Amino acid sequence: MNATADELKARSERVWRETLAIHRRAPETRLASSLSSVEIFVALYYGGVLAFDAARPLAEERDRCVISKGHGSICMYPILADLGYFKVEELQRVCKSGSFLGGIPDPVIPGYETVNGSLGHGLGVATGMALGLKRKGSASQVFVVAGDGELHEGANWEAIMFAAQHGLDNLHLIVDDNRISMLGHTDDIVSHGDLAARLTAFGWTCEHVDGHDAGAVRDALLSQKSHSSGRPTALIARTIKGRGVPGLADAPLAHIMNPKPEVIDGLLGNAS
Amino acid sequence: MTMKPLAMRDAFLERLWRAMQDDPKLFIVSADFGSPVLDKIRADHADRFVNVGIAEQNLINVSAGLALEGYTVFAYAIAPFITMRCYEQTRVSLALLSEIRPMNVNLVGVGAGYSYVVSGPTHQCYEDITLMRAMPNMRVLSPSDHVSAAALFDACVASRGPKYLRFDAQVLPVVYDAGAPSAEHGFYVHRRGERVCLVATGYMLHTARAAAARLAAEDGLDVGVIDLFDLTRFSAEGLARELAAYRGVVTLEEGFRGRGGLDALLLDFVASHGTRQEVLNLGVEGGYRFELGTRQELHEQVGIGPEAVLRRIRAFVASRLPT
Repeated sequence: MNATADELKARSERVWRETLAIHRRAPETRLASSLSSVEIFVALYYGGVLAFDAARPLAEERDRCVISKGHGSICMYPILADLGYFKVEELQRVCKSGSFLGGIPDPVIPGYETVNGSLGHGLGVATGMALGLKRKGSASQVFVVAGDGELHEGANWEAIMFAAQHGLDNLHLIVDDNRISMLGHTDDIVSHGDLAARLTAFGWTCEHVDGHDAGAVRDALLSQKSHSSGRPTALIARTIKGRGVPGLADAPLAHIMNPKPEVIDGLLGNAS
Repeated sequence: MTMKPLAMRDAFLERLWRAMQDDPKLFIVSADFGSPVLDKIRADHADRFVNVGIAEQNLINVSAGLALEGYTVFAYAIAPFITMRCYEQTRVSLALLSEIRPMNVNLVGVGAGYSYVVSGPTHQCYEDITLMRAMPNMRVLSPSDHVSAAALFDACVASRGPKYLRFDAQVLPVVYDAGAPSAEHGFYVHRRGERVCLVATGYMLHTARAAAARLAAEDGLDVGVIDLFDLTRFSAEGLARELAAYRGVVTLEEGFRGRGGLDALLLDFVASHGTRQEVLNLGVEGGYRFELGTRQELHEQVGIGPEAVLRRIRAFVASRLPT
């Protein structure tokens, strides 16, 4: 599991392509927010950050990965399939009748912990898990991937205060900071200002990272995981919504835009 | 010997406090809401108590997370807040998630109906039966005294899935001094009678019993009285059998009438079981009010006080259930 930064980069490139391919077959999936989080999930699952066992998705000794930005995590489908949570062939059936791989992931998918179609729920539930693990004396840790947009939901801040109060240093928030929600740039809607300063003021340990440098994300997460600071940690991963897709990347309405099939085919090098 | 009445919450939490001594999986989460017995739990089981503060959304989320880690969780707050402030947290991370992952979270809400008498409509709770029953896997339990409230504890521990217990905030007279009703049936027959059966839940069981006693004494009419304390998983077969003896059914609830509460439950039940009774629904009429008064005065104003109930049952019997 000691992948090099180059290996993580190559893996990220593959996941990016597979995510595009899934969206090509299932345009109901949210593409832009699933491309901003590729390297975050690659670092978690291929970088030796998370302890997991694909054959036993709910094994007691696993680290918990709560994917709060549910619909912006379609890139997890190829990752979970590759790791053996389910058969790779399932990727052909996303959004098809009878498939468990929907337009928005639910925990009927092996590897998903919680229900996160509705935003702003993951961090609070993860906080309860982190408290439970501490009280059980478990060494397992809890990672939460949330979008910056969903931090507008006030329940997150109830959880942020609670986690600091209880010194939940087994709780690690990763913010996919793509700075765009449905109708535009979050700075133009309700700005988080200096999010790191806010989280620090709330009692968290906070770092920034380039969210598209999987090696750097991995290094930061491993460092946060191994240091018991008595504080919950946040990693603010600056990302680009719709990264790598011309016309989509960083577009204010990227969340609801679907690139044309021929654009995806061009990017994937498919013969048309 | 008459039993000393207790607050429902204290009787229930006393069971929890005792059980926590032997069962390390029991956990209680409060949204900054207490009780004398909770003080004992805080002192004796500090490692399995947590106060999230005035933060009901986080109350539900933290409870869900603890339940996912294997704890049997009791989430404790004021009834309108634990039901309505955090409805989507309950829907997403309790109702939906428990369909996929094993969880046991019990929402304990104190302040059913008008029981916070002088606190006004923010603290009173007349919508909870409707809202909580709207989630098809939510078990809704509505006891009428501290004995029946405490008796629900074992059922809460033994069965998974989300549950909502609506407790009265006042100390109510003991109804079940001869022993608690079986949680399994979900209802209890207090008296059998003729022509009409009163089906009540929570505080209104007391009103129903008093009305039945007066109808017997003053009108020579023996009516049935049933306490429907499980508003979701009662024995349908058993209830249909009980109701078969009557031509009329009266529902009594401390919730808005005609808005999907006990009244809707019984109308649907009668329709779908083909028992064809005439039905009178008694519930809160006229919407939100800010007047101060005793609980009885408030009840009379909205049509569910002892006198209003008696008057309306008499009119119902005379007009729709002639001999």
